[in-house]
Amino acid sequence: MNLLEIQNLKVHFPVRKGLLGRGKEFVHAVDGVTFNIAPGETLGLVGESGCGKTTLGRAVIQLVPSTHGRILFNGEDISRLSATDLRSRRQRFQMIFQDPYSSLNPRLTVLECIGEALDIHRLAPDRAARRERVDKLLKDVGLDPSHADRYPHEFSGGQRQRIGIARALAVQPQLIVCDEPVSALDVSVQAQIINLLKDLQDAHGLAYLFVAHDLAVVEHISHRILVMYLGRIVEEGESKSLCRSPLHPYTRSLLSAVPVVDPDSKRSRIFLAGDVPSPIHPPSGCPFHPRCPMAEGRCKTEVPQLKSIGSDRTVACHLFP
Amino acid sequence: MPLLEIKNLQLEFGTVDRPHRVVDGVSLKLEAGKTLCLVGESGSGKSVTALSIAKLLPSPPVRYVGGEILLEGRDVLKMPPGELQKIRGGVVSYVFQEPGASLNPVFRIGAQIKESLTYHRPEKANDAEVIRLLKLVGIPAPEMRLKNYPHEMSGGMQQRVMIAMALASQPKLLVADEPTTALDVTIQAQIIELLQSLCEQLGMAVLLITHNLGIVGDIADDLAVMYAGQIVEVGPVRDVLKNPLHPYTQALIHSVPKLGRDVTRLTTIPGTVPNLGSIPSGCRFHPRCPKAQPPCSTEPPELMTLANSRQVRCPLWDSPNLNQPANGSL
Ligand SMILES: Nc1ncnc2c1ncn2[C@@H]1O[C@H](COP(=O)(O)OP(=O)(O)O)[C@@H](O)[C@H]1O
Ligand SMILES: Nc1ncnc2c1ncn2[C@@H]1O[C@H](COP(=O)(O)OP(=O)(O)O)[C@@H](O)[C@H]1O
Ligand SMILES: [Mg+2]
Ligand SMILES: [Mg+2]
Repeated sequence: MNLLEIQNLKVHFPVRKGLLGRGKEFVHAVDGVTFNIAPGETLGLVGESGCGKTTLGRAVIQLVPSTHGRILFNGEDISRLSATDLRSRRQRFQMIFQDPYSSLNPRLTVLECIGEALDIHRLAPDRAARRERVDKLLKDVGLDPSHADRYPHEFSGGQRQRIGIARALAVQPQLIVCDEPVSALDVSVQAQIINLLKDLQDAHGLAYLFVAHDLAVVEHISHRILVMYLGRIVEEGESKSLCRSPLHPYTRSLLSAVPVVDPDSKRSRIFLAGDVPSPIHPPSGCPFHPRCPMAEGRCKTEVPQLKSIGSDRTVACHLFP
Repeated sequence: MPLLEIKNLQLEFGTVDRPHRVVDGVSLKLEAGKTLCLVGESGSGKSVTALSIAKLLPSPPVRYVGGEILLEGRDVLKMPPGELQKIRGGVVSYVFQEPGASLNPVFRIGAQIKESLTYHRPEKANDAEVIRLLKLVGIPAPEMRLKNYPHEMSGGMQQRVMIAMALASQPKLLVADEPTTALDVTIQAQIIELLQSLCEQLGMAVLLITHNLGIVGDIADDLAVMYAGQIVEVGPVRDVLKNPLHPYTQALIHSVPKLGRDVTRLTTIPGTVPNLGSIPSGCRFHPRCPKAQPPCSTEPPELMTLANSRQVRCPLWDSPNLNQPANGSL
């Protein structure tokens, strides 16, 4: 059975239309997304800023309410739970954030911060057990337990991200939503954190929803990848195969923008003109058509549906009928 | 005469009794119209080096302990305040990482660019010139865009506006400190392409600072690698990327994740950049270095000059890699 099944999930935020605006408009941040995550699996989620990755990640674990759709966690629809029931399920899904500087409470020591997570879910019967558990968690994420009484500002960015991971791990979750956990870090530190996440997955059988905008990072950690554009999935596939032979023109442009060190690499850059359009008034037809180098007539009018190509690939593009 | 020549720069923070030497003997050279990239992990001293070029770091807290910064042959560190004011945003302009934080949220972007023009080229402080600059940095429909407030633009567009403002004074040197670090990879590629084309069109020199070696190959002429306040390797960008000599440069290159590489673990640099208070003895990189030998922990290596305009701060640069990766503390 899948750990997580997301069915036609939508998250729309109301926005006020000017001061004297009549009626409401909506940001279509997530607009009909369907996917599954198996236990112990990593699903990568890529796309440019503003395409709805954070909103999707937060909606999946009900940190933002969904407008429509079902979120089945271990077969139970958590979008319909009462607040009390939801709170009791929270232990099963955790989140780690992009900014290791602002996601930790600066007034709590590492011990207090991780201990707090243990206390909320009553996972440590007494102080000694709590301390023992925190020490073990710190060791697991590669930090020195003797630093447990220090405050977040005494650590580097990479170390703070490790603290965030230890805090998420404390409650023994089955799923961690990782929202750009390495985007703010040095390249050398990125690699350390990604290796750590993989080790922890092997040791604890964790599943990850791993959000990032750099496909080289996502390819490395993910089993499968979802490519998102303006609130929708445009391509999904096994990660190596998707990066080797991308189908959707958007996936191809994302891949061609990945930084490459080798000055002789003979790759053609497909520069994406312009920015992601407004999700309040998404373009008609295929939302990518205004920036697509291959757009044809019907792309402006007909919305392409996700279709299966071969055994493990789906793509929403008129080029693949 | 190079446009910019930094000679043996020494900068300190901290107290006189307990000084933190954050830049320790940095020398760099940049010819007019060329691009030099300065790379290294966070905290290695790239930004303070860059800011000192126009003496933008106030003293105190910083102390300019030694060295020279020759801009068109004249030492910035000895210039009187009036003259410094003129080169700031004049001969040298800056672009920083967070465009959102550098733009004023309450003024339209056209007005902000015009203000920069009023200061440096008052005869050109008009809409036509603002539109020309916005076009130069690739902003579509500039006639409409100049009426936008910063929050009405994406991060990539804001960075283009920052570059337009930096160009208002027709600088000979543009210092770009991590200009793409906060941006998406797609937008990062656009901005690097833009900087490259501006260099060619305007004959402007660029000092580009980044921690990501993946973006330097396309744009740089020369590459300098900095570690814990010192330059550890310099050379033509192709040569350094193809054949890095310093173990730190090698490690940095290997830590960039590569597409299509089927490995279970990414290569990392063990440990972290040393704390200012506890710079290692001998070679500053030795505790993290896979090649380290006993003398590395006691004898500070000199920056050696090799053939083909290359320099490296490692006496073992031509010895094969003998050791297994050492003391992976993290
Ligand atoms: N609370 C909110 N209210 C209104 N709009 C929002 C809210 N949160 C996000 N959005 C909008 O939803 C879209 C998707 O945002 P986000 O999920 O943060 O994208 P990403 O993480 O991919 O950058 C953006 O247009 C953003 O401005
Ligand atoms: N205003 C300041 N006061 C004290 N220390 C500083 C100040 N600015 C920078 N430093 C220190 O100088 C060192 C180099 O910093 P910086 O040039 O910002 O590094 P980089 O740009 O390579 O990340 C760091 O250790 C930093 O903590
Ligand atoms: Mg986000
Ligand atoms: Mg810096």
